[in-house]
Amino acid sequence: MAQTMLAGGFTDPPQDAAQAFRGIMQAMARPGQIETVGGVQPPASLSVAAATLLLTLCDPDTGLHLAGACDTPAVRGWITFHTGAPLVAATDATFVLGAWDDIDLSVLPIGTPEYPDRSATVIVEVPDLAHTGATLRGPGIKDSATLNLPAITAFQHNAALFPLGLDFFFTSGAALAALPRSTKVT
Amino acid sequence: MDGSSDPNAPRKAWLSLLARSAPADVARLWAAAGLAPAHDVLRAPEIGAVMVRGRAGAVGAPFNLGEMTVTRTTVALTGGIVGHGYVQGRDKAHATHAALIDALMQTDAAAQVEAAILAPLRSTADARRDTRAKRAAATKVDFFTVARGED
Repeated sequence: MAQTMLAGGFTDPPQDAAQAFRGIMQAMARPGQIETVGGVQPPASLSVAAATLLLTLCDPDTGLHLAGACDTPAVRGWITFHTGAPLVAATDATFVLGAWDDIDLSVLPIGTPEYPDRSATVIVEVPDLAHTGATLRGPGIKDSATLNLPAITAFQHNAALFPLGLDFFFTSGAALAALPRSTKVT
Repeated sequence: MDGSSDPNAPRKAWLSLLARSAPADVARLWAAAGLAPAHDVLRAPEIGAVMVRGRAGAVGAPFNLGEMTVTRTTVALTGGIVGHGYVQGRDKAHATHAALIDALMQTDAAAQVEAAILAPLRSTADARRDTRAKRAAATKVDFFTVARGED
């Protein structure tokens, strides 16, 4: 087991995780707003923002599915050491991490009418984040916001499932934005 | 379970010994051994709780015996060898010593660490267990003897 596989977690977990959580919460509360989070040095195939999200939100009770290029031994070892989150199939996942083209949204849990919270949160690694492209409207957005989403119809379909559906984070480097299921995309 | 077929059995044994030894004993032997390897801390010592589970007679259905406090830490020696320390109680220095000893036991210094630290700890643990066993044996009631009184 190489040392680099395990290094790079939060140096001061209570402080760093609280600050990261604040950023993540702001992003989810204001869909389309781009927040900056950090404090970790993840393995090469993970972005800082995605790794910070995982270290802040994952624990032994949340199943994580790694899709596509993210699923390397280095990433698996790093996540297991720092969070203890079990690595599961997409159909059982609480969190899903991967590039947009690697994630099959149709198999992810969207919750049940009794427990809409039993749905997956999808962390999408994108090349960049900018306030261009799709228009977002809904709770947490004053008039409208814009974000360069990797697709549009998929998110319209997801919003139509409300109160069921998936919640999305988009990560690029240390930048992070969110798209909850309540947001309407046009 | 056959412990002899487990490739990690020796490491489990010394981690178990370190986890159960008294922090003062470990600290004293560590200082006396004069080892001060350069290392990085991968996970700073942190205190948490684990659920201890048991099986009645070691074969029954598992049940939760209770929670206990543990302190854990992870260090990496300069060569990249990783040592984990999980110890009972809240003594962070104890966890660090355990992690360093675990790392050193995977290096060429293993024999030195074994002789200077683990062997004394093992004899202390054995003596403690014997004392307890003797105390318990003294209170044992021999029902067979009682039954023999009838004829």
